[in-house]
Amino acid sequence: MEVNRRDFLKIAGAGIGTLVLPSLDVKAAAIPGNLENAHAMLYDATKCVGCRACQVACKKRAGLPYVMDENQLYEMPTDLNGDTWTIIKLYQDTETYSYVKKQCMHCVAPACASVCPVAALEKTPEGPVVYHSYKCIGCRYCMTACPFDVPKYEWDETNPIIQKCDFCADLQAAGQQPACSAACPTGALISGTRAEMLAIAHQRLADHPDQYFNHVYGEYEVGGTSMLYIAGISYEKLGYPTLKNQPIPDITWPYMKAVPFVFFGMAGAMSAIYYWTHRNKEEEEG
Amino acid sequence: MATGVNNIRLRKYPVGVGMIIVWIAGAIGLSVAAYRWIVGLRITNMSDNRPWGIWISFDMMSGIGLAAGAFSIAAIVYIFNIKKLYPIVRPTILTGFISYILAALTLLADLGLPQNIWHLIIYWNIHSPLFEIGWCVMVYTTVLLLEFSPVVLEALGWKAPLKLIQSITIPLVILGISLSTMHQSTLGTMLLAMPYRIHPFWYSPLMPVYFFLTAIAAGMAMTVFESYHSARTYQQKFEIGIASKITSWIPYVLGLYLVIKVVDVIVSGTYIYLIQDPWPTFMFLIEIMGGALIPALMFADKRVRSNPSGLVWASFLLMGGLILNRFNSTLVFMNGDFYFPSAAEIAVSIGLTCLGIIMFDAAIRFLPMYPNPREKQASKSLENAA
Repeated sequence: MEVNRRDFLKIAGAGIGTLVLPSLDVKAAAIPGNLENAHAMLYDATKCVGCRACQVACKKRAGLPYVMDENQLYEMPTDLNGDTWTIIKLYQDTETYSYVKKQCMHCVAPACASVCPVAALEKTPEGPVVYHSYKCIGCRYCMTACPFDVPKYEWDETNPIIQKCDFCADLQAAGQQPACSAACPTGALISGTRAEMLAIAHQRLADHPDQYFNHVYGEYEVGGTSMLYIAGISYEKLGYPTLKNQPIPDITWPYMKAVPFVFFGMAGAMSAIYYWTHRNKEEEEG
Repeated sequence: MATGVNNIRLRKYPVGVGMIIVWIAGAIGLSVAAYRWIVGLRITNMSDNRPWGIWISFDMMSGIGLAAGAFSIAAIVYIFNIKKLYPIVRPTILTGFISYILAALTLLADLGLPQNIWHLIIYWNIHSPLFEIGWCVMVYTTVLLLEFSPVVLEALGWKAPLKLIQSITIPLVILGISLSTMHQSTLGTMLLAMPYRIHPFWYSPLMPVYFFLTAIAAGMAMTVFESYHSARTYQQKFEIGIASKITSWIPYVLGLYLVIKVVDVIVSGTYIYLIQDPWPTFMFLIEIMGGALIPALMFADKRVRSNPSGLVWASFLLMGGLILNRFNSTLVFMNGDFYFPSAAEIAVSIGLTCLGIIMFDAAIRFLPMYPNPREKQASKSLENAA
């Protein structure tokens, strides 16, 4: 019980706890910029040259194995998977092209942390959404609930766990940059606080409106994310879905909040009906 | 009267070919499940972009939905005081109890780390619909065990614990109704976390209500379906009066469901997909017409309700409607990679269903499944059969 209490308080610190404690303002968690002093990253697709230094740095830092073919030759993964936390993809058509980086978006109000029945996923106040594998039961609800299809599974393991970017929470706690942004040679990927990243993103859009698609992806999507994107083409083409601003935990929480009322309401109604239908003995025997 | 295990005697119903096949399929399914614990989930066709397969859609979502008969029949008999249905309480409670055991066994196959399932007890997340479902299922399975225990205690001739359980029957039934209302609807809430994944025909803020209503209706249909088949298998008289009485309420439940659903489709504007997406439209119409509207009309007709095969067919359609609904909303029209279950997944699903039949059969053979007033009649027909 002590652990749970501590966990709740920790989450409360992240702002999502406002959902746990009904006495606080529930909406606060949904307001983007709530985590403006928390860690964030900005990916500028127009500056990315597709060198994949970030991808390699991620594998090294996280100790993830390379994907090999049957001759033990290194194979490039085609998507995020149980061994790949981040990946650079290329969009190309006849007129234009753009690289795009994929990894966990570290939502301000993450669906995964909200739906996990054992609280194995946690939004830390510092920004990263981290995964506690020792709690996980392997229900894979986080995988279905994530609007970005981020959590991946170790399907070939007998005791599989979820794999996803942890935003180098340990490095950031030690005052260092995440491995991927530290490795980026062109400045396409930079890290800092969410407020700084948003300021830079909007500055670039204002300075070069001709070069950019006029939208900072992640500023408001599902309540905002700690990974922010600017790009030269539409985000749909880069594989980023058009999402509403409502955080996913805000959809389910009103229903979960109603559960005690449903429980006691139903019990009360049933008791009342019981006394009504059994109000005289003869009827009961009849 | 002697008490104890010696008291339990085997009722000698004939063992048919069907039952032998069920035993074999059950053995195969359990062996594959055991193999899965050795090698992991690689024997399934689930993947990163299709993390839930038929174990979730069929065994969990549909199985729990069809088990709703246990709480609605208990409510009708004990709370609404309609004594006429009393004879089917025991088989219905048993069916529910077995369904929840099967759901737990399914989880042990489907969870990536089944050895950690008890973590639900120590790590809490009150935000998670699945957390609530997990707790409700744990507690409700215990409630069903207690609701069913008088049958076992009676067989053993243990009077004192029997009296104790009987004295708390009503609180148990009310607890069971509350828990069922919660988790049947929360199975719908669970899917509300996927607004960008589920087709708008199925995704709706009212999904918890739909899941609850369809479970009540299909749970009653399951009760009728089960009592018809056990009457045939165990050479009992099919209680058509009872079946007719239960099913006479189904049109009201389904009618409410259909009215809300149609209003929902019109108000939310999802009817535009009726023209745009032919494949979802096709499945949606089959589900709504064949799985809800037609059974509702059939059950509303007294001629259908007074005819065993009419009752069984309508029940069959309604149960199929619930299963189709759960498949459509959790698998077929949930975005993801192409998926067709592997042989191992199918074997486990069939095997667990067969295990349910085996457990039911064993209970009928070893336990007094018919309540006191009918016991004499039951044993008489047994003598005749023997």
